[in-house]
Amino acid sequence: MPSNVNAPFNLKELSIQYDGKLLLRKEILLDEPVFQQLLSSNYLTERKSIIRKNLKFQCQRCGNQTAYLFAKIPCQLCHHTHVYCRKCIEMGRVSECEMLYYWTGPTPKWLRHAHPCSWQGQLTSVQRQAAERIVAAIRNKESELLVWAVCGAGKTEMLFLGITEALQHGKRICLATPRADVVRELLPRLQKAFSTVSIQALHGGSGDKHGTAQLMLATTHQLLRYQNAFDVIIIDEIDAFPYHADPSLPFASNRAKKAESTTIYLTATPRKQQKELIRRKKLSHIFVPIRFHGQPLPVPKKILSHGLKRDLHNHLPPAAFLKWVNVRKNPNRQLLIFVPSILLAEKIKPVLAIKLKKAGVLKSKEKLQSVHASDPDRESKVQAFRERDTFILITTTILERGVTFPSVDVAIFDAGHDVFDEAALVQIAGRAGRSPNDPTGEVLFFHNGKTEAMVQAIDSIKSMNKRGGFSK
Amino acid sequence: MNCLWCYNEIIPEITWTNLFQLDKPKPVCNSCADKLEQLQGDRCIKCSRQTDAEICSDCQWWKANQETDPLEFNYSVFAYNELMQEIIAKWKYRGDYALCGIFKTYLEDAFQERFSKLKREIVVVPIPLSKERAKERGFNQAKALAEFLPTKCTDILLRKHGEKQSKKTRMERIDTENPFILENPINKPVILVDDIYTTGTTLRHAADLLKNQGCPAIYGLTLIRG
Repeated sequence: MPSNVNAPFNLKELSIQYDGKLLLRKEILLDEPVFQQLLSSNYLTERKSIIRKNLKFQCQRCGNQTAYLFAKIPCQLCHHTHVYCRKCIEMGRVSECEMLYYWTGPTPKWLRHAHPCSWQGQLTSVQRQAAERIVAAIRNKESELLVWAVCGAGKTEMLFLGITEALQHGKRICLATPRADVVRELLPRLQKAFSTVSIQALHGGSGDKHGTAQLMLATTHQLLRYQNAFDVIIIDEIDAFPYHADPSLPFASNRAKKAESTTIYLTATPRKQQKELIRRKKLSHIFVPIRFHGQPLPVPKKILSHGLKRDLHNHLPPAAFLKWVNVRKNPNRQLLIFVPSILLAEKIKPVLAIKLKKAGVLKSKEKLQSVHASDPDRESKVQAFRERDTFILITTTILERGVTFPSVDVAIFDAGHDVFDEAALVQIAGRAGRSPNDPTGEVLFFHNGKTEAMVQAIDSIKSMNKRGGFSK
Repeated sequence: MNCLWCYNEIIPEITWTNLFQLDKPKPVCNSCADKLEQLQGDRCIKCSRQTDAEICSDCQWWKANQETDPLEFNYSVFAYNELMQEIIAKWKYRGDYALCGIFKTYLEDAFQERFSKLKREIVVVPIPLSKERAKERGFNQAKALAEFLPTKCTDILLRKHGEKQSKKTRMERIDTENPFILENPINKPVILVDDIYTTGTTLRHAADLLKNQGCPAIYGLTLIRG
């Protein structure tokens, strides 16, 4: 009789629950005797959670090595004073006296789906080309592929063929993105496109924390709890905050993939680092230069506005903006206004409402709203703008990417500000002209002296249009 | 040095007064420190709450419903504003122990201001956690605060395990039976230290025990008046 028949646990269930994870004891929901039995039979293996490396500490969950992100705690569990990691503490404290555990028992067999994709739409020929390149990368187990697709190219749809390919071969897939709102937006789209496949979404506020589905959708932060888990990892918006700024996140996504696996990076605005890798042919890539509706990207205009800093300091809109707003090419378009700070977004709102109502641009003051990251009504305000209940929306960079409004003009107040780097400016410009019914839109940079970032953003949009076959 | 809360680097200003002898490093940057709201102005003499009345309505209620109040008074340093709620959540519930460093100088100052004139022999007693909670959390937040004070600190109270205070309603909290056990009676005046004074029930439960077993006077020092 095999020894595990009388065991108080179901190995198959446990392997699905714990394979590919890297967890603290308190994240493993097993009674102590079962847990000890799994450890002693080597189904679970422990490793140190914090190691000392060249006089430095390193957290083994998030990779943190920054000295000021470690602190000491007089621990009541082990009655010693030891270090813990402050970097990833939002996911539960990693202390030196506790171990991390990973599954070393039998690996789960994921389903081979014959026809997983229920999406009925059609890809354009450019999208199909990129989609087939992704399929090839997954089929040939290429380690990395960068998909560089302009804003509004229809990136999500391009992934469907690749995900289908992976599911047909019983692979486990994770679609990760730095932003929780993108996870929330993608989940219903994926569920619709793969209606027979188990899909789970993980982000800071998500209730379902099992993370046991074959097709996972997660913020890149959630990958901190994974190790050696996925055959295919797709990382959306690799250039977005905080992925490009926080070394823990590439550390985690790198660990979350299996030794033999494919990582697909998606971006509309690759950073210098990736462009350099492409130039040196160290990173294979495919470029998608055309929006799904086949029209070029709107090219931003720089508008010099004298006294802009003074105006904004007094919470007044730039003079040049008030001039332009009356002579817009299509006054029916909604207007999205980007400002560099939360404070300005709040302070400029009432003044702008009065001025624009007087100018006849606004029907009532309530048609103008402002939104920022710490706004409790953030989601409902964005929704109201999407449904055209709000005509003008003032926003910080939170709406720079991942959101689609069909017909808008875009203005940036103080485009020369540090928060608007090249990637941000290209993304912001990409909010205009996203609908086939209104594929153009005006994008204006109001500034008081052009910056390197503005010039480069415009150059890069022009060169993308050129590569897309549009002259000028 | 980096700010304990926002991690931004703190660049000390060099002036003539600190040119040769640098100031003590600050735990938080000025912009975070500005967002902490210190209690000031007219306050209830019993519980530190900001109010125009000499004794606030809460404390009037205590007075009417108790024969004698075992607690002389409570003194709190901060209001429970938005930033403080975030700090407490990360410190207590996420377990970022180092954050208590933010409060060190504030507590030392509060002690100077309100307690230094009391008797020399005064002893600090932190409100304890139950064994189970201590195991879960890894540290006692009240003890971390108590250890900042420049007098003797002893653990003489024990706590039975029960539901978290923060999950109960006001009346449930006031009605609960005394969760504490006094291990060693003490005949010196005591300052009870805790992180938050909300209804005052916790401090009064502990004070009751101490008083009944011979403690001459009991005061409260809490970080926050909730």
